Amino acid sequence: MFAFANPKRFMDASSAFLPWLVAVTVLSLGAGVVLGFLTPPDYQQGETVKLMFLHVPAAWTAMMAYGLLALTSLFSLVWRHPLSDVAAKTAAPLGAVFTVLGLITGSLWGRPMWGAYWVWDARLTSFLLLLFIYLGYIALWNAIEDEVRAARAAAILALLGAVNLPVIEFSVDWWNTLHQGESIFRAGGPRISAVFLWPLALSGIGYTLLFFTLWTVRIRTEILERRARSILLSGAA
Amino acid sequence: MIGALLFRDIRLATRAGGSAALALAFFAAVATLVPLGVGVDLKLLMRVAAGVLWVAAVLAALLSLDRLFQADFEDGSLDVIALSPLSLETVAAVKIAAHWLTTGLPLTLLSPLLGVMFGLPPEAVGVLTLSLATGTPAVSAMGAIGAALTMSIRRGGLILPLLVLPLLAPAVIFGAGAVQAALDGLSSGALLFLAAFAVVATLLSPFAAGAAVRLNLAG
Repeated sequence: MFAFANPKRFMDASSAFLPWLVAVTVLSLGAGVVLGFLTPPDYQQGETVKLMFLHVPAAWTAMMAYGLLALTSLFSLVWRHPLSDVAAKTAAPLGAVFTVLGLITGSLWGRPMWGAYWVWDARLTSFLLLLFIYLGYIALWNAIEDEVRAARAAAILALLGAVNLPVIEFSVDWWNTLHQGESIFRAGGPRISAVFLWPLALSGIGYTLLFFTLWTVRIRTEILERRARSILLSGAA
Repeated sequence: MIGALLFRDIRLATRAGGSAALALAFFAAVATLVPLGVGVDLKLLMRVAAGVLWVAAVLAALLSLDRLFQADFEDGSLDVIALSPLSLETVAAVKIAAHWLTTGLPLTLLSPLLGVMFGLPPEAVGVLTLSLATGTPAVSAMGAIGAALTMSIRRGGLILPLLVLPLLAPAVIFGAGAVQAALDGLSSGALLFLAAFAVVATLLSPFAAGAAVRLNLAG
């Protein structure tokens, strides 16, 4: 794995596997979404159940993105690989977008189902906090001009967030059950039937691959940008 | 040497131009605006009192945090402090302690008065004060990490709340939750959870803040 920490080697390897990654992403995401829209309406949720195939994988991907962000931040703090800095930096906006996507699709589903675009449910609230953590991370990166310093400061913040996220999750759960023991959100989950499970699995894989495709492209772009900048700087000197 | 640094920070915060009194005034002013906004119904105020006072206390503590390392960084005294035999982790711990003594502690001492003005019954006022006494060290500790991360940024004061507020959600939840539970006559583990959060945050933050100071001084 450390072999790929070399930006040159990463560029060569990624340019070889990127077309394949794109192809598999399009296939699985396309199949997941199309099959999702062909599913019969749910007996309780009606047609809105189809939002699930867009919503649930977005939430999964947003959480996975934070995990990867924390992991690459750990690499960049411990081993100081420039590539892991780039990987962490580029994962954050993607994670934030998937979080927003999860929140928006969730609230569109919530309106017909719960009668409100937003309820202060434990999951929604902790997801909103996750979004703020992503935004803080991005803001910190942008605010510090020196790239090396920005990368290390952001890495400390990412790890702090990773340690704190389970605590936030727990406290929000505790808060919600204390204040409004609503049963609708808990009871609302009849075990998912196979009709829905397959499209959901496919679009889950599709979203994950989509994240990795976009991540690879963004890492490549960032590396090229840095190369271009250093060429410009050396030309100017 | 630890004592010298502690008293220096306390003196800087409490003398003219310091932020200790300002944070306290901010806390009281925010709490006063709330009844103007939501109305004078004491029943309603009693229900929101814990949440309002906790949020106001967190904001008031944040207000003075951006100067915790930044002021010393800008005028060069942080370089001198870094040259001393104290490790940066110790420096961070001392600064957190000084910040708590000049913000968290006064806020805690003022809170019973505001609690009574919000119509809280005596035992809930006690729980509120206890929860602030337990939780505000975590606010200073978490805030110090944010302050250390942003100390080299010119407009760091604007980014700091975005970094720190989501991480302080557990403190607000357990702190205000303890008071709500007391109002409802329930027993809850909120104060214990809050204490656990505060202990872990206070123990870990000097290391994170020290690392952040080190990387900002290295540049």
